[in-house]
This record gives sequence, structure tokens and C-alpha cells, in this order.
Amino acid sequence: MPVMWIVLIVLMLATAGFVLAQRRALASAEGDARRLHSRPAYYGWNAALSALLPGLLVLGLWRMAMPPSAVMAAAALIAALAGVAVALRSTNADFRARNRVEQVVRGLLIVCASVAIATTIGIILSLVFESAQFFRIYPWQDFLFGTEWTPSFGGGSELGMLPLLWGTLYISLIALLVAVPIGLFAAIYMSEYASPRVRAWVKPAIEILAGIPTIVYGLFALVTVGPLLRDWIAQPAGLGDSGSSVMTAGIVMGIMLIPFVSSLSDDIINAVPQSLRDGSLGLGSTPSETIRNVVLPAALPGIVGAILLAASRAIGETMIVVLGAGAMAKISGNPFEAMTTITVKIVGQLTGDNDFASPETLVAFALGLTLFVITLALNIFALYIVRKYREQYE
Amino acid sequence: MTDTTPDLVPAPATPAQNSLLVADARTRRRNAAETRFRAYGIIAIGLAIAALVWLLSTIIADGAGAFRQTYATIPVTLDAAVVDPKGNRDPEEMKKVLTLSYDKLLITGMQDYLAQEGIQIAGLSDQDVKGFLSDQAKANLRDAVLADPALVGEVVTVPALTSSRIDGYFKGRVTAEQAARDSKTSPEQLQLADALHANGALETRFNSDFITNADASETRPEAAGLGVAILGSAYMMLIVLVLALPIGVAASIYLEEFAPKNRLTDLIEVNIANLAAVPSIVYGILGLAAFINFMGLPRSAPIVGGLVLTLMTLPTIIIATRAALKAVPPSIRDAALGVGASRMQTVFHHVLPLAMPGILTGTIIGLAHALGETAPLLLIGMVAFVQDYPDAPPAGLMDPTSALPVQIYNWTRRADPAFFERAAGAIIVLLVFLLIMNLAAIWLRRRFERRW
Repeated sequence: MPVMWIVLIVLMLATAGFVLAQRRALASAEGDARRLHSRPAYYGWNAALSALLPGLLVLGLWRMAMPPSAVMAAAALIAALAGVAVALRSTNADFRARNRVEQVVRGLLIVCASVAIATTIGIILSLVFESAQFFRIYPWQDFLFGTEWTPSFGGGSELGMLPLLWGTLYISLIALLVAVPIGLFAAIYMSEYASPRVRAWVKPAIEILAGIPTIVYGLFALVTVGPLLRDWIAQPAGLGDSGSSVMTAGIVMGIMLIPFVSSLSDDIINAVPQSLRDGSLGLGSTPSETIRNVVLPAALPGIVGAILLAASRAIGETMIVVLGAGAMAKISGNPFEAMTTITVKIVGQLTGDNDFASPETLVAFALGLTLFVITLALNIFALYIVRKYREQYE
Repeated sequence: MTDTTPDLVPAPATPAQNSLLVADARTRRRNAAETRFRAYGIIAIGLAIAALVWLLSTIIADGAGAFRQTYATIPVTLDAAVVDPKGNRDPEEMKKVLTLSYDKLLITGMQDYLAQEGIQIAGLSDQDVKGFLSDQAKANLRDAVLADPALVGEVVTVPALTSSRIDGYFKGRVTAEQAARDSKTSPEQLQLADALHANGALETRFNSDFITNADASETRPEAAGLGVAILGSAYMMLIVLVLALPIGVAASIYLEEFAPKNRLTDLIEVNIANLAAVPSIVYGILGLAAFINFMGLPRSAPIVGGLVLTLMTLPTIIIATRAALKAVPPSIRDAALGVGASRMQTVFHHVLPLAMPGILTGTIIGLAHALGETAPLLLIGMVAFVQDYPDAPPAGLMDPTSALPVQIYNWTRRADPAFFERAAGAIIVLLVFLLIMNLAAIWLRRRFERRW
């Protein structure tokens, strides 16, 4: 791998520059470091950075634009050498090496901080570009409002999003019906009733649920919960005989979301000032009356925010629905039937060999865009509510 | 609930006995409501913990079997005429002998053993004997011979993998009734297994191959292992650590210590908060579009997976690092600035070392999260069937590999139920890694965290 070698040579140049510049600086001050503007190491760092940055920059840009070649290697090495030479030339006792190095480091810090923006831009660009290509082949009205999802790679596919959206929302609703009561009551108990010792054990135990990868929940849904629901509820009641169902995915996803709801709600309930509780208790209400009539109303906006965040998590969840919900795109009210979601279909359309000119592949990007917009809107709204609420008592 | 007492108007004949010792009806009702409310809380916590226990216990019960495997130890005569037709013991020449010939040796060895031990099973066909051992057994025998040509002509007792059904029989997954219905196994084979087991020629023991082997094809679940997946995951974690830790720390230092309060800073802040909540599959789409289609990096390669997971982990690391930096008291900064350090020196010489335990804790938790992530890796082609171990980094970063969670997903898609056992076993491996990482994070926090 020649690129590795060039990187190594540039690194060696930088090291050499470091040593030489340090010596040169000391020599220009007749060996007395006190007469230098900066500590000797800063002169060294200045030379080293002057070699590294141009060398690696040239290498990186070239590598992105065209395949590696001997010219690229030469260009990178010349850039690094030139950097060292310039740095060495300017090295003398009066050179403000520390300020120079700190400026460069600050620049690097800013570049790193912008990676976050670059990621967002990258996400938006990749979603929008490919989606635009999709909508050039396939009318957007049919995508947004179509009720048929029958992709066939031979052509003539119906790619309506509504059945997928329905499955997504139905499963998320069931997940929230499981997670919100359990999570909320657990949070109330932990913050208002539990002794510190109980809390110290229970809180981490519930949070283990948040640390378990979703593929584990997926397998659990597929192997344990799905067959259980089918054999004990769906088949006896004549509601269907599929192990994968909205109910399976919803319940398992609900379990996954419990710690999400409980730890956020716990924070929010703890943020309600003690004086409100004291006032209510002092008037003679029981602890539960205080919670229902004083604490919860005060914490309500924050709890709503937490639920919205959980909802956004549920909508974007992939592995549980891939393994637990099935792949049938349909709109039905029966929770024991297999349905499918946006994320399942993104995985379905994009795994394996793809032809990036066919609408059947490109539709995944349009689905991704839809997902991104929905979750982003929920997140922004939720964060807005949570922030606004937190400020109230601070 | 505003508890007014509306029924006070008709005055009772005898004045109510307000006693502190005997509760009246209304107090009892309110106390009951209180008890009920507390009970809801306890039930909720109980349900959450029961779900956790249920989840973990089923996975462990399902997966424990993957760590044990049934082997047959039967003497096999390595007939020189078959294994080394040219007779010069040259491994290069012997490589031309296909695995099929070794199959015959194994079957002959088995039949000789049965005759010698006087084991007779009614209705046992040659096909049953052939299907008794795994397809992998002959390949393993061939590898053993090629590795040590001196074995040719000798009688060796190499432990041979049995087929997944025989293995399942000893783990309770396969029963005689099932075998009668299953086309891939017969009740006679199970009788044979019992007979061999009674003779001590079959044993179920710890299966280190499950950790080190590569994935195996659809028909050989007994030979499938996690070696490639563990290596792939390790490579990706290496990339995430090398990229996400420095970039995340640098970004946090800038935002926390240097950034002026302006539009750009606000934009970055909002961005990070939102990136933390973007569904992971969207990062997969980004990886597919940007790294594979646009930059032309290879599919299924750890480098792409590592980059995608880096972008996904960055917000977590940034949020943790900023909290750690914030926790360093301003007096430290003031003291450093007071003795003449520059702001950069203050941060790098004093604040950052003090924040390091918090940063590392956050990083480990971020890495643990990345290790378990599946969805984005599916989109960048990591589901492909990979049987070759990748090279050592850095060249190996471009080789196709699998990853632990994707391998689990892959196995759940296969028809043979033996793969479910493997998938659950792989989850145990994954959970052990996660447990170690989280314990390390907790240890770091306990050991080094300072309260100011």
C-alpha cells in the first residue's frame, strides 16, 4: 500500500523537522533557552506541523480526486519538504513560535468541530440527490399517497409509501403503549418513593436494557416473543398465524424504550423544585396526591418531550422490526398480522446487489429522506419542549 | 383530585369521632389510593426487570449450546494409495487430492469401527453413515494431513465434527420423533449416535472453533464460527477509536473552551444535538452514498463500517467530553492563566488531563454502542458471506469482512435451526464484550473521578 509509505515518510520528515528546528532555535539563541521567544519545543512543533499539514492535505485531496500515482507521492513529499524548509528558515530566537503553533492548533480544533456540520450536510446531500433522481423516474404523488407497495425489479412497480408509514406508526404506537406507562411509573417510584439504596440498584438495572444492542431484541422477538404470541393469543383467538407481527415488534420495542422513557422522566421529575412538594405535603395531601396534582403537572411538558424522543427512536428503529414485524406491506388494523415499516424496506431495497438507476433501489433514499424528516421534526420539537421547560425552574 | 367533602350538610346524629387512632372512611380510602399508587410503581419496576431477566435468560439458554460441540473420535486409516497417489509425500502434490476422497476414508473408518466393535443397527444405510459426520469433517482431515504428511499410511484418530442434527440430539434440540420426519436425519442415525456415545467414541465438549472459525455455508452450521466477524468488529472499533476520540475531543475543546458565542457555534451545537438522535440507518445510507458510491471505497470493508460508526459515535463522545470539561472547576483555569500560561496551554496541560477519565468513560460507552450497531452495516454490504480472514491492518481494513452483530443477523436469516443456536451464542459473545467495556468504564469512573 504505497499511500501508507508516503504517510510514513511525511511523518519522518516531520520528526526530522522537529529536531532540526529545535536545534536551530537553540543555536540562534546561543544555547540559552531563556532568550527564545517560546519554549524550544514550540519551534519543533511549528516545523513538524508545517511538514504534516501540507503533506497530508495534498495526499488526502489527491486520493479523493483520482487514483494514487507516483506524481501524487512526489507532490505530497514536495509539499511536506517545502513546509519544513519554510519553517526552518523562519526559525530564530525572535520568531513567535508558540503563537504560530497555537493558531494552527486552534484551526484544527475548528475543523474538527465542523465535522458535525459536514456530517449533517453529507446526510442531507446524499438523501436529497438520490431522492431527486428517484422522483425524476417516479411521480412523487404516487410515492407519498400511494397505498400499494409492490416493487418488482422487472419494472412496473407500485411504490406507495402509505402502507409502510402505517406499519411504522402502528408499531411505534404499541411500543409507546408499553414503554410509557412502565417507564413513567418506574421513574415516579424511583424519584419519589425509593430509598437511595433501592434506587442505586434499580436504576442501573433498568438502564442495562438501554445498553443491549437492538439485534439482541430482534432475535428475542423472532425466537421467543413472536412464537409465544402466535401460539397463545393469535391462533386461539383466530387473529392470524404469523410469528412476526405488529404486536411482536411493538412489545419488544416497548421493552427497549422503557429505560429511555424512565431515565428522561426521572431527570425531569427530579428537576421539579422540592418546595412545590413541601407545600403540597404541608397542606395535608398524601405523597400520591402530591405527585398526581403537583409534580406531574409541573413536569408534564418535559415528560411530553421525553415521549416524543422515544417516539422518534421507535420510528427510526430497524433491527427489531426487520426481525420481528415481517415484510408484508399492508394497511390493516389487526395487530397480530405481519406488517412492515419504512426502515425494513430501506434495508430490503438496499442490501444485496443494487442497480442505482432503478426506481426500486432509489426509492430507499426517498424513504430515508422521509424517515429523516419525520425524526428530525420530532427531535427538534421535543428538544425545544425539554429545553424550554428546564429553564423554567432554573 | 381536590378532596372536598360534600356530604357534611346533613349533620350526623352523633358528632363524628375524630380519633387519631381510628382512621375514618375517607382517610382509609386515601391511604388505599396511596398504597395502590405505590404498587403501580413497584409493578412497573418489576415488569421492567422481569423483561430484562426474561430477555437475558432466554438468550443465554438458547445460546449456551453453541459453545459445546459433538465430535466423533474414530480411528481412520489414511490409505497412502488414496491420499498420496504419487507416493512422494509432497504436500503440493497431495493438494490435488480432493476432499471427496477423504470422505470415503472417513466412511470406511466408521464402518470398520462399527464392525470391530460389533455395533449393529437395523436399517442403517450407507447414506446414514455418510450423513452422520459433518461435511466439514473431511475438510478438517485433509487439512490435518496436508499439515503433517508423515501421517499418511498411519491410523489416526482425529476428532471429526458430527453433523448438526447429531450434535442437536445431544443438546436436546433434535428428538427421535423429529428425526423420523426430517429428511436430513433418520432415527437409525440417532441409534448409531447412542451406540457410539456408549462406546465413548462420541463426546460433546467445549467448542473453541466457534470463536475462531470463519462462517460456514448454509448446510454446515456445525462448522460456522465467529472468527472473521470478531476480527471485522475489532478493526472497526480500532478505526472508531483512532478517528472519533481525537476528533470528538478536539471538537469539544473548541466548543467548550474557545468558541465565541455566535451563529456558527449555535449551529454546531444544534447540529450535534440532532445528530445524536438521527436513526442509525440514516448513517448507513450516508455511508452507502458518500463512501461507497461517491468515494469509491470497497463494499463490506471495515474501513467503510468504521467511518460510518465514527460519524455515528461522534455526537456521543462530544456530549460526554463536554460534560467532563465542564466539570473541571474554573479555579484550575484561573490558576494556570494566573501563572502565565496561554489559554491553549491551560487547556492542554491542566484542564484536559483532569477531564480525561470522564472523556475515556464516554468514549468506551460510545464504542460499546458502536459495537452493537447493526442497521448501518447492512446497507454497506457487510451481510455478504465472507469466509476468508482479513489481512492485518492497514491493508486488511480494505478486505471484506463481517461484523459481530451482522453475523448474528445473517444467521437468523438461515433456514437450519442450528443457526439460531449459533446466533444466540454469538449474542453471548457480543454481550460479554459489551459487559467488559461497560465494566471498564465504571471502573475508570470509580477510580479516577474527582468531585471538586
